[in-house]
Amino acid sequence: MSSVLVFLEIKDRQISRLSWEAMAAGHALGEGHGLPVDIALVANRDNPILQTIHGKAPRNVYAIDHTLLHDYTADGYTAACSQLIEHVKPAFVVFPHTYQVRDFAPKLATRFNQVLISDVTGIETHAGAAPENPVPPTFIRQLLQGKLNAEYHHAGEGVCFVSIQAGAFRADEPEAGTTTVEPFLPKLEAAEIRVQPGEPFRASAQTVDLNSASILVSVGRGIKEEANLPIVQDLAAALGAELAASRPICDAGWLPMERQVGSSGQTVAPKVYLAIGISGAIQHLVGMKGSQCIVAINKDENAPIFEVADYGVVGDLFEVVPALTAAVRKAKG
Amino acid sequence: MKIIVAIKQVPERDARIRIDSSGKWIDLQDVEFAMNESDAYALEEALQLKEAHGGEVVVLSAGPERAGKTIREALAKGADRAIHIQSSDEIELAKFDALGVARLLAAAIKDEQADLILTGLQSDDLGLGQTGVILAELLGRPHATLILKIEKTETGLKVLRELEDGWFQHLELPLPAVLTIQSGNTKLRYATLMGIKKAKTKEVKTVSVADLAATSSDPVVLLDAVKLPHKQRTTQILGGTPAEAAAALVEKLQFEVRAI
Repeated sequence: MSSVLVFLEIKDRQISRLSWEAMAAGHALGEGHGLPVDIALVANRDNPILQTIHGKAPRNVYAIDHTLLHDYTADGYTAACSQLIEHVKPAFVVFPHTYQVRDFAPKLATRFNQVLISDVTGIETHAGAAPENPVPPTFIRQLLQGKLNAEYHHAGEGVCFVSIQAGAFRADEPEAGTTTVEPFLPKLEAAEIRVQPGEPFRASAQTVDLNSASILVSVGRGIKEEANLPIVQDLAAALGAELAASRPICDAGWLPMERQVGSSGQTVAPKVYLAIGISGAIQHLVGMKGSQCIVAINKDENAPIFEVADYGVVGDLFEVVPALTAAVRKAKG
Repeated sequence: MKIIVAIKQVPERDARIRIDSSGKWIDLQDVEFAMNESDAYALEEALQLKEAHGGEVVVLSAGPERAGKTIREALAKGADRAIHIQSSDEIELAKFDALGVARLLAAAIKDEQADLILTGLQSDDLGLGQTGVILAELLGRPHATLILKIEKTETGLKVLRELEDGWFQHLELPLPAVLTIQSGNTKLRYATLMGIKKAKTKEVKTVSVADLAATSSDPVVLLDAVKLPHKQRTTQILGGTPAEAAAALVEKLQFEVRAI
């Protein structure tokens, strides 16, 4: 019998938040197509992490275990996962869309002559179709830095590979059920692993904790030059806010990396997030869309940042921001 | 070292978005195009490696005739020659999925025997983020993604890879290899006047998509439609002069959000 197979990722000795969301997406697919859901992760069968698996109960949990998988490599993970897929023969394989998955899942899919449908934000299953003529689900993903949504479907009989964007699905609440852990021991040779990974490290000690600020003033490409930064610094000072930035600002060295919000920087959820001159590429949105109130100031009314904003000002930030600073100072007396 | 850099011409970031009559892509009339951002960084890394260690930089691009402009830009910056996989129109390449396009790229460079293939980590238009990884698998080469720095070693390469949440990692891998490059770690060069002049005489080998298509296969992932996104939140747009908008916003932050 066919199934949905969800791969979970361990990060900081826990199953990552994105993995729970991928699991919820996997269950949505399973329910839509009447398929059981299995879970797989790289772990020893006795790893206590396996006991933390919650949400809707899966049919099976595969603990993929091999000494050559202790450090992540694309070669090792691709070989191990492809052996498990050959063994389980799922109809759908679901991943969280993490940097690690981006590194090996396209290679894995290629091995099956398939293409990963990456960074999916929505799934629509078509349950009304006749059983002898099933309609494949519609997968939604974003194009042009979030300015367009595209609907895709998978054709043919092969395995359908999907990765799920952060925050697109809500992790399921725990449900009672029994799960059996089945060890899966892939056959791997040391010579297959061509890349030697080093220990992960952090470039510098973090001295700014953006998460402790209740208001963040965040600046993006729209600021144009480093010399223009004082206008947002003034606003941050007037509001008693921390200053944050999108990636290009930190890449240019105008603000330190530790102030970067987004998939490669920090994930924040302040009371108020002011996005100034930030268009709202997906990589930025995943780092801030959980904020309680989002304010966007941007000259482009079609900028994707307005899709998540509660309040928006369409205009020239060089006029709007100084006016805002003055209004804040006035309000605070 | 012989380095192939795969680059893509994409709509400019602030291009106006209108869905075309097919409902599957945007209307390209009046759209300006540019080199995909992370591909520009891949090209820069290739040029720096060549300057340090010698060799050749070959640009590879698939696209309609208009992509020739971006190819010339890469040649003007210092690439030695180019291979243009030319589509007959705007939609021919859209018939391929990521695997199909990667197969075209692989076929176009099969006789090149490159030591290193670089490309950006993802395109700014389709954002699939897979071409480099698929290409590595098709060519049977090791790969690494999200690379910020490349150093040549005795046995191959030592590279710096970006992980999530401000973490990094070094990797060592043998050549030949494929790397996908993250934007922003270095300064991009501008083409010099001399470079622009020289680029006109550099070799651009044109191969048609149709010539290579026999090596490809039917797509397994198909795009059915594009739509303008629906809003995730209701945005209240505050209008008026900058001062009026600012005053209205402060009032919201004070009395509705209670943050001031």
